[in-house]
Formats: sequence, C-alpha cells, structure tokens
Amino acid sequence: MSTEQPATAAIGDARPRIEGRLKVTGAARYAADEPAPDLAHGWVITATVARGRISAVDASAALGMPGVLGVLDHRNAPRLDPRAGNYFGPDGSLLLLQDDVVPYAGRPVVLVVAETPEQARAAAGAVVVTYEPYPHDVDFRLDHPAARPASTAFGPEADTGDIEAELAASAVVVDERYRTPEENCSAMEPHAATAWWQDGHLHAVDSNQGPFSVSQVLATLFGVDRDHVHIRAEHVGGGFGAKGPCGPQVILASMASRSFGRPVRVVLTREQVFLATALRPPTDQWLRIGADADGRLRAVHHRPAFALSPLAEYIEWCTEQARTLYAAPAIRTELTAVPLDILPPSPMRGPGATPGSFALESAMDEVAERLGLDPLDLRLRNQPAVGPVSGLPFSSRRSVACLREGARRFGWAGRDHRPRTRREGRLLIGTGLAATCFSAGVFPSTASITAEADGTFTVAVGATDIGTGARTALTAVAADTLGVGTERIRIRIADSDLGMAWGAGGSRGTTSWSFAITQAAAKLRERLGDPARPVTATVDTTALIDYQPATERHTFSAVFAEVSVDPATGEVRVRRMLGMFAVGRVINPLLARSQVVGGMIMGLSMALHEEGVRDPATGRQVNPDFAGYHIAAHADVPDIEAEFVPDYEPQDPLGLNGLGEIGTAGTAAAIANAVWHATGVRQRTLPIRLDRVLEAEGAEVRGAVGVA
Amino acid sequence: MTDDFSSEITLEVNDVTHRLRVDNRRTLLDALREDVGHTGPKKGCDHGQCGACTVLADGRRVVSCLTLAVAAEGARVTTVEGLSGEGGLRPIQEAFVRLDGFQCGFCTPGQLCSAVGALAEHAAGWPSAATADVSPDGPTTELDAAEVRERMSGNLCRCGAYPSIVRAVLETAARAAVTG
Ligand code: FES
Ligand code: FES
Repeated sequence: MSTEQPATAAIGDARPRIEGRLKVTGAARYAADEPAPDLAHGWVITATVARGRISAVDASAALGMPGVLGVLDHRNAPRLDPRAGNYFGPDGSLLLLQDDVVPYAGRPVVLVVAETPEQARAAAGAVVVTYEPYPHDVDFRLDHPAARPASTAFGPEADTGDIEAELAASAVVVDERYRTPEENCSAMEPHAATAWWQDGHLHAVDSNQGPFSVSQVLATLFGVDRDHVHIRAEHVGGGFGAKGPCGPQVILASMASRSFGRPVRVVLTREQVFLATALRPPTDQWLRIGADADGRLRAVHHRPAFALSPLAEYIEWCTEQARTLYAAPAIRTELTAVPLDILPPSPMRGPGATPGSFALESAMDEVAERLGLDPLDLRLRNQPAVGPVSGLPFSSRRSVACLREGARRFGWAGRDHRPRTRREGRLLIGTGLAATCFSAGVFPSTASITAEADGTFTVAVGATDIGTGARTALTAVAADTLGVGTERIRIRIADSDLGMAWGAGGSRGTTSWSFAITQAAAKLRERLGDPARPVTATVDTTALIDYQPATERHTFSAVFAEVSVDPATGEVRVRRMLGMFAVGRVINPLLARSQVVGGMIMGLSMALHEEGVRDPATGRQVNPDFAGYHIAAHADVPDIEAEFVPDYEPQDPLGLNGLGEIGTAGTAAAIANAVWHATGVRQRTLPIRLDRVLEAEGAEVRGAVGVA
Repeated sequence: MTDDFSSEITLEVNDVTHRLRVDNRRTLLDALREDVGHTGPKKGCDHGQCGACTVLADGRRVVSCLTLAVAAEGARVTTVEGLSGEGGLRPIQEAFVRLDGFQCGFCTPGQLCSAVGALAEHAAGWPSAATADVSPDGPTTELDAAEVRERMSGNLCRCGAYPSIVRAVLETAARAAVTG
C-alpha cells in the first residue's frame, strides 16, 4: 500500500459534495421520487380530538369513488406487534390503526388507498370519522400536578455541595424562569415512503435517518425476520431528528401494501408533518445561580420541565450544560417530565442542550449584568479543571479557546457592557454571546471494505446522508485510512442490507461510521498481501467501544451575535453572527462549516420565529404550516461566520468528535443576550416575538418617565 | 377529448412537447413529477409556502404546486432538469456545487429555478422591497446581498444553506455582468 500514498490527505481538505451534481440537476431521487410499477397512493386521515375514542368510521361513500382500492382503519388494518419501540423502550406511537383509542390530536387513524394521489385525497375527504371525545390535558408547566422526575437513563441527576447554603452565601442570586415552545424539525422533505412486499420480504424506500434501525422496528411490528426487511434512504431531504424514529409514513405504506398486494406510497402533507412527526417538547425551566462579588459561581440549580406523552418514555436532556460548562461548589439538576395528551416528543437537533443552554446562558448573562462584569470574563472565570459533577478529566476541552478566539474575531473588546447604550438612528443595537457544549461519543456500527480487481475499493456502511455530507466525509476517511486517493473509493450507504449501523443522529453518525471504516481498513490491509481479488474485510465495532471511558467527552462552542431592535415595531434583526467551534478534527471544512452555519440558522430561527401553538380548548396545534409556523427565510439571515479551533479527540483513532447539533445549541441565548444589551429588557420566553419586544419597550419607556 | 374528471393538455417541458391526459385537479407540480417523470421539482408544502416546487413558466418563476396543470396548457416550462444543457452545468449550478449552496438538496431545484428567475427579473429592472428607489425611471440598482435575500425569500431552506446560496447567486450575477 505504501507505494500508493496519495499526494494529499483527503481528511482536512475542503471538497464539494460527491452527490453535488445530482442535487443541482434534479437527478437525486428522494423517497417520493422512486418510480415503482403499479404504484398505489395512500392518503392519511389524522385525529381531530386530543383524547378520546373513535366511535365510527363511515367509509361507504369513499369506497364507491373512482380509483379507490380500499380504506384501512383499526378494524381491518394488519396487526402490529406492540413490543416495537425506540431507543427508550416501547413506543405506542408506532402502533397505528390498532385500536379505537385516540391519544393525541394528529394521530393517523385512517389510510385511504387509491390509484392516484388526487383520488385518494378526494376519497379521504369523503370518509366520516366520528369521535367520542374525552377530557384532555395539554396545559404544560413546571408546576403541573402530574410533573414527575424524568428518566435517568442518561445518568443520575447532579447533586453536589449544599445548594441552599451556597445560594445564601452568594453576593448575587439570579432566580428566574425560562420558557421555550413546542418546535418542529420541519425538514423541507415531508416524510415519504414507497413500500412493497415480495415473497415475504418487505421493501421500502423511505425518508429516514437510519435505515437499519427502521428495519429493526418494522421487523418487530410486522413479525418478520430483520433480514427480510430492506430499507433504503439514498437521498433524504433533511431530518434534524424527525426522521430518526420509524415514521408513520413507512408503517402505513407497509400495511397498505400488505393489504392491497401492490406497492403503496404514503407522503405526509406538510400539516401532517407538523401534527404527526417528532416535536421538540416545550420547556419551562427554573434556574438559580449564585455567585460571589468577583464572579465566582457558588451554586447552579437547574430544574427544567419538558412535556412528553404517556405512550413513550423520552428525555429532553436540558441539564447537560449545567453539569458540564462551569465549576461551582454546589450543582443540582432536577429534570422533570410532564405527561400530556400530545404526540410523543423525540429528539430535535441538539435535544435538551438547545433549550437548556438558552436558559443557562441567559442566566449567566444575568449574573454578569448584576455584577457589572463582562459576560466573557464571567465565563472565563468559572472554567472547571475536571468535570464539575463527575470529577473526571475532560478528554479535550477547548471552551476557552472558542471564547477567546471568537471574541477576537467578533471584536468583543471595547464593548460597553451597559445595556441600551448603542443607537443607529431609531434602532437599538446590542451584542451578546453564549458558550456551550454538546456530548460526543461513538456508537456501534459495521463496515465492509472490498478491494476490487480493478484497484478500487468498495466501502459499504449503513450510514445515511441527510445533508450532513456523510457520503463525502466517509469517502475521505476511507481514502486516508487505506492510503489511496478518493477517486479509488466507491462508497455505498443508506441501505439496511449493508449491516448494523447507528443512524445519523446524536452528533455521532460520522464518528461512529468512520470508526467502523478505520477498523475495516486496518483488517483489509492485513489481507492485501494475498493477490486474490476481490477480498473483503468486515468489522463490527460493538465489542471495540469503551462504553465507560474515564473521561468526559464533549464538543464546545462560543456564539456571538449582534442585533438591531426597532423600538417602534418590535422587530429584532440579527446583523452579524459568529460561531467558534471545537469539534475534534474536521474532516471537510467546507461541509463542516455549512453544517454548523445551518445549525446556527436553526438557532436564530428558534430565537426569533418558531413557535408551535397549541389551543388549550381543542388540544390541537393551530399553526401547522409555514404560514403559521415561521422558519427563518433568506431575508432573516445575515452572512454568518463559523470557524474551528484546532482540536483533536484522543478517544477516536482519527481525532473526530461530532458537529451536527452544537451549532443550534448556543445561538438562541447569544441572540437573547444581544436583545437585552440592545434594549435593557430580558427576554426569557422564546421566540422573541414583536409583541414581546413591544411590551417590554412599553415597560421600559414607562419606567424611564416614571409612569406606573 | 374531455370528460368530467380529466382533460387533455399540451405542456412544453424543457423544450420537449408532451401531450397528456390529466386529472383536472392535478397540479402542474404533480403533472411534472407523475406524468412527465421530472421529479426534480419538489413538494415541500403543496401550499405555496416553501418554494421547493418553483419552476419557470415562460421564463417567470411560478410555484408549480399552486398552478393547476390544465392552467399551464401551452406554457413553456423549465424545470431544474432543463437548466443544464449539452455544455454541462450552468454557472449557477456550478457555483452551488463549489460553494456548497445546499446540504440535503431538497430545496435546491426550487432555489436554482428561483435564482435564474430572480436574476432575469433584476436584469429587466424589476425592483424588490429591498430596492431603495422604486420609481419607474429610478436607477438600476446593483444586485447586492440584501437584494438577493429579499428576492429569494420565497424559497425556504431548513438546512440553512442561505449564506452560500446568496454567495452563489451574487457570484453568478457578477460573472454574467463581466461576460455580458
Ligand atoms: S411545494 Fe410549492 S411552495 Fe411548497
Ligand atoms: S438544502 Fe436542505 S432544505 Fe435547503
């Protein structure tokens, strides 16, 4: 191999995406684009009550309409095995059309199947579903009577030192509530699946983040061998968490295909994506931070609540930063779950860390405000030498580097830390920052590499590329670990037949797949002396992973934002934003930058626009489309700078960590802190809507002129 | 021949004429995807709210999900598949690839068609909400980032590729200005 070393290493080189040409010519096929002979189309009907039972489904008119093949509901749908679940255990949201129970508004309750989408849709309009509604509860708050401690599957709560004594001894105490609303991943591609059965095997082209785990769930649901389920997800139009679980589209398409003996495509409407796929639960977070006059923290007490459904366990791990970012003699976390009649939440980009850091980093800014300190200094003063709760060393902690280098590039020095001091015409200008971290690690995966007779290498790994650039990054990893140029690598991903693999999620996809590829490459190299071709090496990393490393492993970032606030309209505009990231070694700076910039834009969107509004009277989301649920558009987004500090993760053979989610995590707090700096008023509830700014402005002006 | 549910129409798509019988309820987007077989245009919302389905009809941007196929009878439609010609990728497509103007790529067909339309609109002197002087004989304004963002705001990108899309559009406009 040594004679074939390429001139340049692929890792570290900025290269465009391998599938770029397919994506700019319309040739990349997504799940709804897959041609299938004799295809039928399914149209989903979702429940309109938040809790109750289905008393009747009258499909008689629909069944007589042109092109209609049939109507599936709980009376005639194929039976599913209730043992199917997700990462956290059994998941009742998978058990569609199994009984007459309605556990949340938006639950798929009927599927109409017809020759064309128009016929299916028209027939769905003619189906009459009658409900017996029961009282429901969607009243989310931290002090809800049903609030209970959240699952500790991610580890025990922090409880070090004496919180109350340290708070009592503090020179300042910030004691506030922070709230974030329901949010939706809103990938641009609505969930879609085309499924068919052949000789007892289930085949589907589906939009998901992990074909292997989806194949496992479907195998359980339908009672077939895992090997008999074949799921492909070659191009996926974004996921952000919502396509991590086995989605309703593929369950319903598989059911209908079994019932009608034809390939069936189910594409959720945009409204159904909002109502029936993964939401980020709302949070209501109580935070108390106590500090000495010189800015040393004495106590951090974080008690965040999130909403979930009785159908499935879930953890919105908002307390991750409180136990990781800063040193304090007393740290207590009490993650709280509130079961409500809503769709089971599931991880949305930066789960827990994103709403959690909004609360923690806003509160830190309030500590700096009350002490008259530079918020940057406050953070630098409280850096821990070891894990503040675990006492374990950090494998790599480049938080200070992110803060210092970010401050230098952003031009933080010289900032007047008093609020409401900068104006441009009628606009109020402010800047803010936030530091954050996100857990990193590796999950089991398999990879196979074949040395082909023509001198190329076929690399097969059950990865998915949901826009992350996995195909391109893994090609670089394979090329460097085999010591050849990328032109000799052929990468195959996105197929459950390629073997067990972690999905694209948890900021662990690329790290987990790369680890499997490096191990397979090492094994293959040993066998290359034998001239026989093709020769294949396959590795499963399950037994190779240290699941209890004696170090804390995280990525770190610092985000800086400058906003303008129009006091007449309440409009907040982000004028500048910069993120510095420590994410281990960067495989491809071009694609990595795109990903963290995209994450920051999602954070901007969360700070200013996104809010799933649930009507307490009906329990339904009232704004399930892009006209009602705003996501950042071109005109909302300034040019954004993102850079990486040199970093290397010692636990990984290539020095990798992950970067899919950390961009989203710190951004909302940086923007909220900048809004405070501009206006002098704290925004502790997201999104920072015009009316909230105006109300605050009213209070500010009244206060200034001494009016009650 | 026409019955109660369907009509026969002629669509000219990417310089090829198609004679189609379509359900009267079928949108131009579904006709392109299901009947013509061009799955480049994407259905992100089916409500005119995301721009993923944007195509050019007689050179102008339309959201094909809000256009009934029967109403597009006779129109010259260009989809993302029709942007590149014999000579390979158009400059805007090449710039998207090189500058990473996308991640998942799902909004990309719409962004590209929209960019081609927006550049033509600007070249023809159409103002936007970001244009300072919108009077009929006002000066032709330089295409800057604010103009591009405003003109492209009908095309959502959840991956957040906006900054690189804007760079790609500006670069393409500058190159076109140089080469005339
Ligand atoms: S699909 Fe037409 S605008 Fe969204
Ligand atoms: S590239 Fe994914 S939505 Fe734009």
